[in-house]
Amino acid sequence: MKRIIGTCLVVLVLAGVLWADTLSINGAGATFPYPMYSKWFDEYHKQNTNLQINYQSIGSGGGIKQLTEGTVDFGASDLPMNDDQLKAYQDKHSIGILHFPTVLGAVVPTYNIAGVDSALNFTPEALAGIFLGKITKWNDPAIAGPNKGIKLPAEDIVVVHRAEASGTTFIWTDYLSKISDEWKTNVGAGPAPKWPVGLGGKGNEGVTGTIKNTPNSIGYVELIYAESNKIPYGSVKNAAGVFVKPSLAAVSAAAAGAAKAMPDDFRVSITNAPGKESYPISSFTWLLIPEKFSDASKRDALKGFLKWALADGQNYAEGLSYAKLPKEVVAKEVKAIGKIQ
Amino acid sequence: MGSRSFLSRLREGDEIARMITFLFAASVVLITLLLVLELWQGSVLPRHKFGFNFFRTSVWDPIFEQFGALPFIYGTLVTAGVSLLIAVPLGIGAAIFLAELAPARVSDTLEFFIDLLAAVPSVIYGLLGVFIVVPLMRQYLQPALKHSLGFLPFFQGPAYGVGFLTAGIVLAIMVIPYIISVSREVLLSVPRDQREAALALGSTRWEATWKVVVPFARTGIFGSIFLALARALGETMAVTMVIGNTPTISASLFSPGYSIAAVIANEFTEATGDLYLQSLIELGLVLFILTFILNGLARLLIVATSQKGSGMGHA
Repeated sequence: MKRIIGTCLVVLVLAGVLWADTLSINGAGATFPYPMYSKWFDEYHKQNTNLQINYQSIGSGGGIKQLTEGTVDFGASDLPMNDDQLKAYQDKHSIGILHFPTVLGAVVPTYNIAGVDSALNFTPEALAGIFLGKITKWNDPAIAGPNKGIKLPAEDIVVVHRAEASGTTFIWTDYLSKISDEWKTNVGAGPAPKWPVGLGGKGNEGVTGTIKNTPNSIGYVELIYAESNKIPYGSVKNAAGVFVKPSLAAVSAAAAGAAKAMPDDFRVSITNAPGKESYPISSFTWLLIPEKFSDASKRDALKGFLKWALADGQNYAEGLSYAKLPKEVVAKEVKAIGKIQ
Repeated sequence: MGSRSFLSRLREGDEIARMITFLFAASVVLITLLLVLELWQGSVLPRHKFGFNFFRTSVWDPIFEQFGALPFIYGTLVTAGVSLLIAVPLGIGAAIFLAELAPARVSDTLEFFIDLLAAVPSVIYGLLGVFIVVPLMRQYLQPALKHSLGFLPFFQGPAYGVGFLTAGIVLAIMVIPYIISVSREVLLSVPRDQREAALALGSTRWEATWKVVVPFARTGIFGSIFLALARALGETMAVTMVIGNTPTISASLFSPGYSIAAVIANEFTEATGDLYLQSLIELGLVLFILTFILNGLARLLIVATSQKGSGMGHA
């Protein structure tokens, strides 16, 4: 009996020692990069068994809120924090927040038109017109013009958008705001705008489900989602006037196009990016990290992880259908890691 | 009882049991009050900024920070109303059959299935709605209604499949088990003498059921309807999957709409900015008040109808 108790005690003590040795860092935020991040944290944990990074994918807004409340060590978001949010954090913690782009994603127009199987070409004017409710028929010249040879029906267009607030919607509306003044003044860019027309589907699944169920409908989903579910999606005319089919390479090209004008805080929108090969509805997703850590071991661990994510970590991106960061951005970010104190 | 001292009652355990059960009962009130307090404190900004306009306006624009709850209140009431219009006759009819007319074995077997239906998670009903009800609505029911009753304002406009009517139908499917299950129990508990007295006076079996047993069980049947109403008002997942999630006020039941519970669930996680978040919390308060008012009206209805000598009016 004594022996059993003794063994139990030893096991407990050992467990305690091991427990104490494992450093755990908590983060929360965007759902879009979650598959990428969970792969990263898992792989990094295999190489550094004493570090455990936990991540809750509760949405970008929730991540920013929890970061500001101080309940997590870092946040993650599909849209950069705005000045008010940064100020709110500064006021509360008297330090700033650094943005680190991690990977890229894109949003693509998807549709269901009876008898049309080929990929359609969309001009910015056509997309804005459809989503503003100004273009209501599929055979409108604005749509038919760049799609010569495809017979578009004279049917009403049914617009489908995301019902819940999401980073995907932010990227879509951010693009529409850049290419249409009317969209910018009447609707604006945000994760949950006041839609002029359309039905709301819940999640990427809800949008594609509604589109599949509704003849003559159009909506938007993430590129990853459209690719893995074999959904038809169209090309979009970029700022250089070229119709570009969405692909990981075209998304990275958009990031490279924007990299030259990258601000030091990395808070940049790359929708409607310059460059002939750029897909115009692309975006970074960011990790949000406080400038100062009171716990030095957490700070060093997180810095180590960031360096790894920007180097080896990038190799996992394409396997999971995320676009890699361009080299110029990685170089700039590696320098910025030094700002974390 | 009264002559025993507090101490002796305490020793014998009566007082302890009384205090403990009182605490349990009081906790219900406490939780309700805390909930209201939390919702009230959490919605200071929009209450000051919009005041009563929050209930009167229909613009919901998180980007330009304009918030009005009217389309959501409308959607919640309309979907709950449609669901009760369908579920009440069906549910009560089924309950009468099970309690009065069906053989006991059939009744008990069916009751098992009804309880099973009541336990199905609402997201399952939502999926059934998306994959089965919505296509059926778009292809068959909505064109048929438009063709036959299209002159009424309720059945006009394009048939998307999603909308108020579809949400009402899915909600009806969800609340029918509650109505059947509770109403059946109430009907079964009507004393035998009531039924036998009616039969002895020469009424037919249906007359005894419809004129004696059902009125006797009225209060309990109303109770089942209010339970169904409460469920329909607060249902989130299934509704958001089939209602179309567009804040509109339209007489047409084909139109896509939005409900309070659905918009809270959809927008809460990504709500940035205090005014936006607090407006969603105020919507929660509105839903609470709505449920409170409807429950109050229900109580009044029971009081008003039970004066004509319903056996369970005092229960």
